[in-house]
Amino acid sequence: MAAGVAAWLPFARAAAIGWMPVANCPMPLAPGDKNKKQDELIILNVSGRRFQTWKNTLERFPDTLLGSTEKEFFFHEESKEYFFDRDPDIFRNVLNFYRTGKLHYPRHECISAYDEELAFFGIIPEIIGDCCYEEYKDRKRENAERLMDDSDSENKAEGNLPSRTCRQTMWRAFENPHTSTLALVFYYVTGFFIAVSVITNVVETVPCGIGPGDVKDLPCGERYVVAFFCLDTACVMIFTVEYLLRLFAAPSRYRFMRSVMSIIDVVAIMPYYIGLVMTNNEDVSGAFVTLRVFRVFRIFKFSRHSQGLRILGYTLKSCASELGFLLFSLTMAIIIFATVMFYAEKGSTHSKFTSIPASFWYTIVTMTTLGYGDMVPKTIAGKIFGSICSLSGVLVIALPVPVIVSNFSRIYHQNQRADKRRAQKKARLARIKIAKTGNANAYLQIKRNGLMNEALELTRTPQQQSLNKPGSAVARQHHHLLHCLERTTNHELLDEPVYEQNCLEGSMQNCPSTHSPSLSSESGTTSTCCSRRSNKKSTHLPNSSVSAAHLRSMQELSTIHIQSGEQASFNTSRSSLNDKSEEGLRINCKSSQIATAIISIPTPPGTTPEGEHQPAIPNQSSTSMEAASCNIVKVSAL
Amino acid sequence: MEFDGLEMIAVLVVLALFVKVLEQFGLFEPVVIEGDSIEDEFEPSTVCHRPEGLEQLQGQTKFTKKELQVLYRGFKTECPSGVVNEETFKQIYSQFFPQGDSSMYAHFLFNAFDTDHNGSVSFENFVTGLSVILRGTIDDKLSWAFNLYDLNKDGCITREEMLDIMKSIYDMMGKYTYPTVREESPQEHVETFFQKMDKNRDGVVTIEEFIETCQKDENIMKSMQLFENVI
Repeated sequence: MAAGVAAWLPFARAAAIGWMPVANCPMPLAPGDKNKKQDELIILNVSGRRFQTWKNTLERFPDTLLGSTEKEFFFHEESKEYFFDRDPDIFRNVLNFYRTGKLHYPRHECISAYDEELAFFGIIPEIIGDCCYEEYKDRKRENAERLMDDSDSENKAEGNLPSRTCRQTMWRAFENPHTSTLALVFYYVTGFFIAVSVITNVVETVPCGIGPGDVKDLPCGERYVVAFFCLDTACVMIFTVEYLLRLFAAPSRYRFMRSVMSIIDVVAIMPYYIGLVMTNNEDVSGAFVTLRVFRVFRIFKFSRHSQGLRILGYTLKSCASELGFLLFSLTMAIIIFATVMFYAEKGSTHSKFTSIPASFWYTIVTMTTLGYGDMVPKTIAGKIFGSICSLSGVLVIALPVPVIVSNFSRIYHQNQRADKRRAQKKARLARIKIAKTGNANAYLQIKRNGLMNEALELTRTPQQQSLNKPGSAVARQHHHLLHCLERTTNHELLDEPVYEQNCLEGSMQNCPSTHSPSLSSESGTTSTCCSRRSNKKSTHLPNSSVSAAHLRSMQELSTIHIQSGEQASFNTSRSSLNDKSEEGLRINCKSSQIATAIISIPTPPGTTPEGEHQPAIPNQSSTSMEAASCNIVKVSAL
Repeated sequence: MEFDGLEMIAVLVVLALFVKVLEQFGLFEPVVIEGDSIEDEFEPSTVCHRPEGLEQLQGQTKFTKKELQVLYRGFKTECPSGVVNEETFKQIYSQFFPQGDSSMYAHFLFNAFDTDHNGSVSFENFVTGLSVILRGTIDDKLSWAFNLYDLNKDGCITREEMLDIMKSIYDMMGKYTYPTVREESPQEHVETFFQKMDKNRDGVVTIEEFIETCQKDENIMKSMQLFENVI
């Protein structure tokens, strides 16, 4: 029942009076009117903007947030209103849904923001009215494609993945030549040979001049038979090897064999083998010649190398209906005009229009405005109809072409956008990182100043204790929290650049593995953690910068990735550089990187004990870097 | 000049195209037969009807101010122009009976509410009708029901009228009923009704017969009280 119609329910019930006199049996009892309190106004305060509506309006949809008792959670006692900390602009649409029963999608809103609001208020997007549904779906599809693109590129960006089988590496190399140099070499070599093969085919037929002992001009292919044969053989061998390798590496061989590219490959090399098998006798040589034509399909192998070609092919496929229409309308017109021309020219002598099919040629040539002139009408009627034919030809062809062009343009631009997004993403991430590291220093700065030192008496080298508190209560509490974390894990938070430096300078010892922190292996460090910190030592933690870079690339603006990975951290202060290198490894590489919108701090839960009295435990065998990304936990931003 | 067949056709085609082109440029107005002119393209603006004041309505009906407000709000939401035409009426009513076809009954209802027979039900009509049904005396309610049944408003209900009403009620049930509605069910029901109501067996039921019979029937009396608290 639509929303507004609920207001008419009293009327419908009243109208039932018409049934009463004709009814033979007694009527059921009316439902008791429980406490009919008057309809009351509800105030909905959404981020300061107050919306008011009747309670009944909201109760029209009892399975949403506002229509059910869930809204009681948002009731604010002091002001007797329901407060929602959400976007008031989008809320307008939500409230209108209750009022009118139709949900609209405002075009200027971001689709994900809108979806989030709908999800929050418990409204399923399928209710969106017809007026806005198409737009909504289009935007949603675009967004999904973008997300897929992003996740794809993220997957590609992850260099360190668990070791793959040889087959998988090969397949990746084939599909993505940029992954390794070997793949790149292979890519270029095959490209080169495709070009060679095509050029060979072309040059074969060029007349090479009169050779010794020959009477007439021979094409090069017949003059230098052996050379061309060798070239052909070489190319086909390369192609065969390539095809077999791809077949071996394909994750699904059956699907691979059905794919277009593999068919092209097969068609490209088949003629050669068939030619080998067949002898050069006269009957089949005609077929043999035909087979040679198929060699030209090798040129399609270039489509693996060129994205533009692929887009073109994809466009043609997606425009199949428009092309079909074009073909159909052209055929219709051709038949009509050919018939007319034939009968018009029937009377004239020596007419070239000998039959209707013969007139097809004239019609096609005229409609496509080619106008070879090998067939021309001579009668007046023929000329009139011929001119009408050429005028209409222009129109018929011009109509579907823009559709195809716009399709191609759209797909091409989509691809461009995807590439642009990927390129921009790297730059964006880099900038974000720079901005965040600035903030990250806030906490570490404070630490350096020893403000978090609670056991001051334990400090060996008294740090300067500047008494200027950090900014706000929030910041203080946050720092306290991080401090607690440090205490818990017995490790310290460090600055990223410093850490990296230490890594690079460090020995080649592997990072400690990703064991869980084992505090038992330390001597009681809690009491000394302050002192530890006070004695900042440089740590030389070997860790390849790849891991750090890899982890950095995982940063995103508003989510926290807590990765357990090999990310060592080290003390920021390099005041005491006299530390043994091993001690630096007390902060192990199992670190987590918490990136929030405010602070980005690599926090290392450590396995190695911290302690100036203990040597670090460096030589724990580390799992490979690939383990770094195994536990990624997404947490909403602090 | 001798034109043979095809040449004639060719020339005619060319002339036709020429005429078309001239028409496009507006140089050649084709003769227009008297008929729809351009003015018809503008539809009359929607009628907007405002009901009489709240106090007046309060005086005319037995509803309180608040009840009138609630009623009007619902009315206006569904019919912003202030009047309901039959189409909208049927549409609204059908929302309550999705399983069957309520259009006929809605049609009869519409005629019953549309007391001034101008093809649209205004808020006053609406509220007046509702006031009778919900807050009127028993006699008022019964007369209203009689008025509903009396399709041609001639003061008596014939068998055909009753059959129409009955069929429309059964139509609202839809297909999926238990037991299934048979073809004869409405007819039989009409027979029962007439047997009960038509005292003097003259084939029609007058309003006096109707009210009298209903007042004697306990079930009907009870059911009339059912809708006291609908608002």
